[in-house]
Amino acid sequence: MSQYRSINDIQDEIIDEFSMFDDWMQRYEYMIELGKSLQLIDEQYKTDEYTIKGCQSKVWVFAELKNNTIDFTADSDAIITKGIIALLLRVFSGQHPKDILDADLYFIDKIGLKEHLSPTRANGLVSMIKQIRLYAVAYQTQIEE
Amino acid sequence: MTNTTFDVQAIRKDFPILHREVNGRPLVYFDNAATSQTPKQVIDVIVDYYSRYNANIHRGVHTLSQEATDAYEKAREILRAHLNAKEASEIIFTSGTTHSINLVANGFQALLGPDDELMVSEMEHHSNIVPWQMLCEKTGSTLKVVPMNERGELNMEAFDKLLNSKTKLVFCNHVSNALGSINPIEEIINKAHAFGAAVLIDGAQAAPHFKADVQKLDVDFYTISAHKVCGPTGVGLLYGKLDWLEKLPPYQGGGEMIAEVSFEKTTYAGLPHKFEAGTPNIAGGIAFGAAIDYMNAIGFEQIAAYEHELLVYATEKLKQIEGLRIIGEAENKASVISFNVGSIHPYDIGAILDKLGVAVRTGHHCAQPVMHHFQIPGTVRASFAFYNTKEEIDSLAEAVKKAVSMLQ
Repeated sequence: MSQYRSINDIQDEIIDEFSMFDDWMQRYEYMIELGKSLQLIDEQYKTDEYTIKGCQSKVWVFAELKNNTIDFTADSDAIITKGIIALLLRVFSGQHPKDILDADLYFIDKIGLKEHLSPTRANGLVSMIKQIRLYAVAYQTQIEE
Repeated sequence: MTNTTFDVQAIRKDFPILHREVNGRPLVYFDNAATSQTPKQVIDVIVDYYSRYNANIHRGVHTLSQEATDAYEKAREILRAHLNAKEASEIIFTSGTTHSINLVANGFQALLGPDDELMVSEMEHHSNIVPWQMLCEKTGSTLKVVPMNERGELNMEAFDKLLNSKTKLVFCNHVSNALGSINPIEEIINKAHAFGAAVLIDGAQAAPHFKADVQKLDVDFYTISAHKVCGPTGVGLLYGKLDWLEKLPPYQGGGEMIAEVSFEKTTYAGLPHKFEAGTPNIAGGIAFGAAIDYMNAIGFEQIAAYEHELLVYATEKLKQIEGLRIIGEAENKASVISFNVGSIHPYDIGAILDKLGVAVRTGHHCAQPVMHHFQIPGTVRASFAFYNTKEEIDSLAEAVKKAVSMLQ
């Protein structure tokens, strides 16, 4: 990324992208493509320690602090879940921990994928967002020290 | 079309929910093994209860309470007759199969010790595993597992080897929720009894498809959940042989289950009230009876024959899809098909099927040991009821093809 873009800039950009699609099928096809292109977590981190167990699909998340911003990598065993992860990481990766903690996550709702963030879907995404925020809390504390 | 004696279109008219749309498409409901749909005859019973005679049972002298008590006890009698139990007091109303199993597991705590063994099958729902593990932790007893083969059939040779005079209790489902396999419960019961072990059969997945005769089976405990037999959620039954129910201590203390209470000593009520503490799900119990009446009016033989037709049709249809693998191909199967396609995650297929209006279950179906056996994260499960049609199976097959084409 050459130029800094805020979390909301990126969310608006994604909403804009999705507004081009006419129906759910195009949205899903795009997500599946995104899922396939997700920059994957290093295999060494695909361990229990970094696993978020949904009832249905598994998610792995790893985070590193680089120049006071957090670099996230992740993976999932389900491709649609991976597509949503790709979007989440596009929003959160490279952001300052404080900005992550202050963020209002509105794009998922706006692009019609809300059902995937329902706890009943049990795909690990709700826990993944919690985990992203936990990393942000931890790194924010580290920066302040 | 379908066989001539069975008018599925007429039956479908009884189920208001089958006529709704999901995501702009007509609903195809194939998650019957989780919860069956409710006919208006049963919905009407619930509405009638709350509209006309909602009152606490077994206590009041007033008319409403009398009417509610009569209806509730009449439902118990319907369920007794359905299972051919000897006595109505052998039918305990519970909140469902999970509650029924926990009630028995709790009762056995006083009867088991460290030298005793319990036997469970590898293909159980977690609700027929975890209560027994908890029991073993408390009593020090050992839990033995009867394995299954690649087709999803119990290995009865292994069963024979595991069974011995230390075995006190054997529990097994009548039909596997994850695979649809129908287990040889007559054989299991007879063999277990020869060693003096009691047998609990989880009938949750069998009850939607066929009638069990508890006297003929000579089973010690049998469980059913109402929501799988066109009844409401949150109610079910435990059948127990009178001797066993008398032997087991009460599960929960409270109102309804007592004879006399003082701070020095409380004596318990007789059966079935001993196990029915607190105000029960009265409307649910009455509606449970109505649901069984509804299904009996259609006829379980008719239901089983029609569902078998659906199973055969769907199996053939789905097998034509490239890369589709059916998990669970037991010789005797209820109308349940668990499958995966290639290496596609079941969640992905389920999410797309939902968009196409097809409701299936995806995941491990609360039977993780089954998934471990087949080394898969889960399956897509389509389960068929007597109100489903071959046309709906065609829609399922088309939807799966669509999902696969998007996901591959």
